[in-house]
Amino acid sequence: MNHLTIQELRQLLITKQISSVELTRATLQRIREADAKVQSYVTVTDELALEQAKRADERIAKNENVTPLTGIPFAMKDCISTRGVRTTCSSKILESYIPQYDATVTNKLNDAGAVLVGKTNMDEFGMGSSTENSAFPATKNPWDLTRVPGGSSGGSAAALSANLATFAIGEDTGGSVRQPASFCGVTGIKPTYGRVSRYGLISLVSSFDSIGPFARDAYDCATVLEHIAGHDEKDSTTYQSPVPNYTSTINKPVKGMKLGIPKEYFVAGMDAGVESAIQEAIRQYEKLGMEIHEVSLPHTKYGLPVYYLLLFAEASSNLARFDGTRFGLSVSENAKDAIDIYLQTRRAGFGDEVKRRMMLGAYALSAGYYDAYYLKAQKVRTLLRRDFESAFASCDVLLAPISPTTAFKIGEKTDDPLEMYLSDIYTVATNPAGVPALALPCGFSKDMPVGLQLIGKHLDEATLFQVGHAYQQVTDWHKKLPPL
Amino acid sequence: MTQTIDTQTVKHIANLVRLGISEEEAQTFSGQFSSIIDYFNLLNEADTENVPPASDLANAENVLREDEVKPSMSREEFLKNAPNSEGGYVKVLTVLEGQ
Repeated sequence: MNHLTIQELRQLLITKQISSVELTRATLQRIREADAKVQSYVTVTDELALEQAKRADERIAKNENVTPLTGIPFAMKDCISTRGVRTTCSSKILESYIPQYDATVTNKLNDAGAVLVGKTNMDEFGMGSSTENSAFPATKNPWDLTRVPGGSSGGSAAALSANLATFAIGEDTGGSVRQPASFCGVTGIKPTYGRVSRYGLISLVSSFDSIGPFARDAYDCATVLEHIAGHDEKDSTTYQSPVPNYTSTINKPVKGMKLGIPKEYFVAGMDAGVESAIQEAIRQYEKLGMEIHEVSLPHTKYGLPVYYLLLFAEASSNLARFDGTRFGLSVSENAKDAIDIYLQTRRAGFGDEVKRRMMLGAYALSAGYYDAYYLKAQKVRTLLRRDFESAFASCDVLLAPISPTTAFKIGEKTDDPLEMYLSDIYTVATNPAGVPALALPCGFSKDMPVGLQLIGKHLDEATLFQVGHAYQQVTDWHKKLPPL
Repeated sequence: MTQTIDTQTVKHIANLVRLGISEEEAQTFSGQFSSIIDYFNLLNEADTENVPPASDLANAENVLREDEVKPSMSREEFLKNAPNSEGGYVKVLTVLEGQ
């Protein structure tokens, strides 16, 4: 039953054909069997999970406050705070850090009665596209254990793909939900910036970070988002507007809707197998009666430098809090003053990619370079945002590839940071613009999954789910399981 | 405006972010940084005449609330994660000399 959807399991739970304790035990058993190979979890919360499952069963027995997520096992990316459960960001600097409070997302999932089975591996502080930049062993792609699962939410995507959870929470700063969803053949959404509270999320780029779920299909993603989205007084960037009931509009037909194809995303450099899968999906939408229009996002080529410059700058400031004083690793051997502790702690606690990005951020913000890099990037960010606004003047939703290739080999790009950055070319522009995007599996290239993304207007996740669901009603790519 | 980031500059920015690095690390980073920064110069091609910086977010508006006193994390709870504490305070080494 580990491969079933939330919707299917919910039926089994409320009709008492299974209990949450049974389901949770089966998930934990599957983790014990398969995760030695996949290494998607950093921490498995066996005891807590069984306790939560028992409480969920009581809720179901009394028919009290039962939600679609009550009793459903899920995995959480290890950058989201869980009270009493260590939260590492896959960094040595937080290796033994146990938060004293829950993130808003954690609270909401607790309230819904979902069952946390563990915390998943990631690129350290979200910095990477392969989950290789982790202080823990690299997560493997369940479709081919010699390949990466993508990143930075690679642990969450791999756990879901290998049936080690029924849904998984990720976080997308520049593709960190969509790219691993594509590499592992699962569905995932990066919601509009400000739709899901960031309170208790360990920040990477405060103006890009978007928490979003991975699930078996668009319907399940919609169900989870309904439960984690919404205004939070602890995060003043969250929208006040109420969260729509996404699942109630998901079955609306897509006939006559306008699908935009951004021409700048279909240029040389894409693998032939990826391109043909995407083109086939566009034909599928044409058959469903959508009107296909070519559109232009003229500043696309600047997306990558804008994204990385702003990331470096914001991250270098966000990571200043890890100083060995109030929490986390502290290295103080022979230190003569506080600065010595900072220097030693940060040297021992951060991995190379984190060091690179912090230093480049300080460089881009430093005297003499601020105008040329940081300010320039913020201006081009305005142009990226305007690109999307004008494209959405003539269409309802955009369809684009997620990655130019399928999952690459472990170790293939670790020696060249710039080459790793270039693999993010199709996903990074959405985050500076703040718009939502849904990743869907759409085929295979040489036995590895290919994904596409649907990009929507601000706060229009409902349309993304509707259009994604329509595709999944006529295709079964999302139902394929890895041979593991 | 291609520029190389020499090891002196690398050490300077490492110090800005309070990161201890060795000579060898400074050399590795220097090579990597130059190629990354060179790539960023692509932005110079973009015409940003009269374009305002995106300093605000799409939903940016002031959010106000009453300043109410509410219970917060206890001192004891907070100090659980502090590497070094004494008498209910976080303990640190000298920050400013000669005070």
